[in-house]
Amino acid sequence: MNDDIYQTELLRLAADAAGAGRLPSPDGTATVDNPLCGDRVTLDVKLSGGKIAAIGHDVRACLLCQASASVIGRHAAGRDAGELQRVMTAVAELLKKPAETTALPWPELAAFAPVAQHRSRHACVLLPFRALTQAVEAAAAKPN
Amino acid sequence: MSFDVAAIRRQFPILATQVHGHALHYLDNGATSQVPQAVLDAVVAHETKARANVLRSVHYLAEAATEAYEAARGKLARYLNAASSDEIIFTSGCTAAINLVAYSFGATLSAGDEVLISELEHHSNIVPWQLLRDRRGVVLKALPVTDEGRLDLGALDRLVGKRTRLIAVTHASNVTGAETDVARVVAAARAHGAKVLLDGAQRAPHGPVDLRSLGVDFYALAGHKMHGPNGVGVLWGRADLLASMPPFLGGGEMIRQVTLAKTTYADPPHRFEAGTPPIAQAVGLGVAADWIAALDLEAAHAHLSGLTGRLLDGLGAIGRSRLRVIGPNGLQARLPIVSFAVAGAHPHDICQMLDRHGVALRGGHHCAQPLMERFGVTGTTRASLVCYNDASDIDALLGGLDDALGRLKR
Repeated sequence: MNDDIYQTELLRLAADAAGAGRLPSPDGTATVDNPLCGDRVTLDVKLSGGKIAAIGHDVRACLLCQASASVIGRHAAGRDAGELQRVMTAVAELLKKPAETTALPWPELAAFAPVAQHRSRHACVLLPFRALTQAVEAAAAKPN
Repeated sequence: MSFDVAAIRRQFPILATQVHGHALHYLDNGATSQVPQAVLDAVVAHETKARANVLRSVHYLAEAATEAYEAARGKLARYLNAASSDEIIFTSGCTAAINLVAYSFGATLSAGDEVLISELEHHSNIVPWQLLRDRRGVVLKALPVTDEGRLDLGALDRLVGKRTRLIAVTHASNVTGAETDVARVVAAARAHGAKVLLDGAQRAPHGPVDLRSLGVDFYALAGHKMHGPNGVGVLWGRADLLASMPPFLGGGEMIRQVTLAKTTYADPPHRFEAGTPPIAQAVGLGVAADWIAALDLEAAHAHLSGLTGRLLDGLGAIGRSRLRVIGPNGLQARLPIVSFAVAGAHPHDICQMLDRHGVALRGGHHCAQPLMERFGVTGTTRASLVCYNDASDIDALLGGLDDALGRLKR
């Protein structure tokens, strides 16, 4: 396996920046920081019938974080909180045990497998997922 | 005579490490520097021939351990030109040393008293003072930083006044490498009866510090940044000041007598060394201090100044439209620490890519977020050099950076 983190697919995901940009009137917003490096992700969601209708993000962070947010931007729409939690768990497992991960909910997540051997960078991949979780929670808690 | 860097390098076993098929180019000395064989040998010798607790038991090993520990205190006193080894307090590191002053000297301050820090400080010289502010109502002020990454000492007149009790600033920045004009800081403090603390974490590894000449009141340093073991640091304080300060931590060794009703405290330095200290680490640090002091420091300075110039020239060739040095562009009054920000390239991505070339750098905010905010960046990439670095390290950095920036161009 090529253990270089910065392979073509990851660079392409980051450049693609799916979902980049803030939503005008989100139902929920979360801003999370990586205290190790000062990186910051702000993520907006709109919900419809308990599922994500739209997503937008502002990522001031490294390529890993940008690529992770981009994968979320591609796939999060139409998912509910339970599905998103399962995806985040799958990403965390991929980073812990890449050799034991056989199926990923979103195929692009495979681009993060080489990150597994760099423990200090796991938080970079997970930061947008933490923002997503918190934004969905904020939206769910919002009074109708 | 030229500086024999090859001979220096041979004393550091870890520098022979291969990283991803490349020679190691270790340029993260501002975070932790490497340990010479002499220090490794001293720590092993202590642990195999003199390991025991200090200042307690009377058996052979305990006496040997106490002797070695107190001898290390003497070595640090000489390194810092302290008036007495009783002014040397071993701590767990530089952060603990500054926290000790913030707590114990801070306990002598009153609400409305002022402490002056700066935008240039490491978090370890910011947060302890914020905690003191919140605990005692002390007013915390901060010196600004110039566009060159130096303390703006022109602001001293405005910020130092009759309520100022302490100026706590870095001796040299861990980000910009700028060395502080200590004489101006001390003069401003003395004019108002204030004390001065210097954070010497970055400066101390580059040679002995003449504290009596500097005229400061407290000095903090980290063992692991000056070729010593982890887990040990030093606080130096003027004897009269230390004697006037209450303890920081309570426990064994720092007492004179304990009853259930009351405790009286030992004199400094032991008053501030509660519990079992980092004994073997202190012994190793003492040897590290002697090792540094034995270098031809003038030649080492010239060697490092040349490497810093080589690095600044190489970074300059990349072009100011894309790369910005955060700190002085010249070689005067600076340490061999160079930080830079590249438009469109995150420091962690740069550092990760350079790791593939065997180049060890630090990326991020360097525990100096107020300074990052001052310069409008979230982080920088930093190369920090010590005496064992050579031209191949700089060339590997510049070559790797060229490769990384090519890959990061989008």
